[in-house]
Amino acid sequence: MLPELFFGYYAAMIVFLSVLVITRKNPVHSVMWMLLLFFHIAGLYLFLNAEFIAAIQVIVYAGAILVLFLFVVLLLNLREELQTAKFIRSWPAGLLISGGIIVAIISALRSFVLAPQGMHTIEFIKRETHTKALGTILYTEYLFPFEIASLVLLVAIIGAIVLAKKKTRS
Amino acid sequence: MVPLNWYLVLSAIVFMIGVFGFLTRRNIIIMFMSIEVMLNAVNISLVSLSHYMQDMRGQILVFFIITVAAAEAAIGLAIIIALFRNKSTVHVDEMSEMKG
Repeated sequence: MLPELFFGYYAAMIVFLSVLVITRKNPVHSVMWMLLLFFHIAGLYLFLNAEFIAAIQVIVYAGAILVLFLFVVLLLNLREELQTAKFIRSWPAGLLISGGIIVAIISALRSFVLAPQGMHTIEFIKRETHTKALGTILYTEYLFPFEIASLVLLVAIIGAIVLAKKKTRS
Repeated sequence: MVPLNWYLVLSAIVFMIGVFGFLTRRNIIIMFMSIEVMLNAVNISLVSLSHYMQDMRGQILVFFIITVAAAEAAIGLAIIIALFRNKSTVHVDEMSEMKG
């Protein structure tokens, strides 16, 4: 009973907060609700025995990405943005498209069969600790994708500097 | 034990909210945040599948998704700053130089 209640609280809060994120007029409020949303998602990850993912959710998403968002929102002057209408006029079309997507996903779920169980049981993770087990896979089986991820981050660093730099005419 | 389908339905609902926000808001910052909400919806389903299949590869995928989301946020916000410097608006309907 208790796990269902716990999941119910997190699910209700996540849905409610994501609705708040996309319906606030002021982007600063949206960012603040998004911070709360990310903490709730991290709580859900803890509930699923993924403590390392929960930690990087808080550190990277709530700590780095949201601060970046907040900086940009505060840098831009959005006074006149608050006067215009929130949604486009044809928002029912958007509702129809997103409703179609959710109907497709949920009707596909009814014939969903889980694949055979893997080797990372709760006992295995308890013995190895979660971070060590994750690191072992990451640095052996997924070494090349890991290197590519570092390349992606390098491109992001250089790209962000080049794009945001002020053009100087010499 | 909470059934796996609950997590997948939750992920579908959050994804739907993200799609709706992306399609109907015209503030480019909020559109960006909708993309982050969609990425988080996918992460929820990946972590729950990884837990119920007792296989950690799903969490590796979440790790890479968070990396790509960080890179995407940095590049996207740089583009927003460059756009705002040129047009002094973040309203996407007023950006039609490429006649798309």
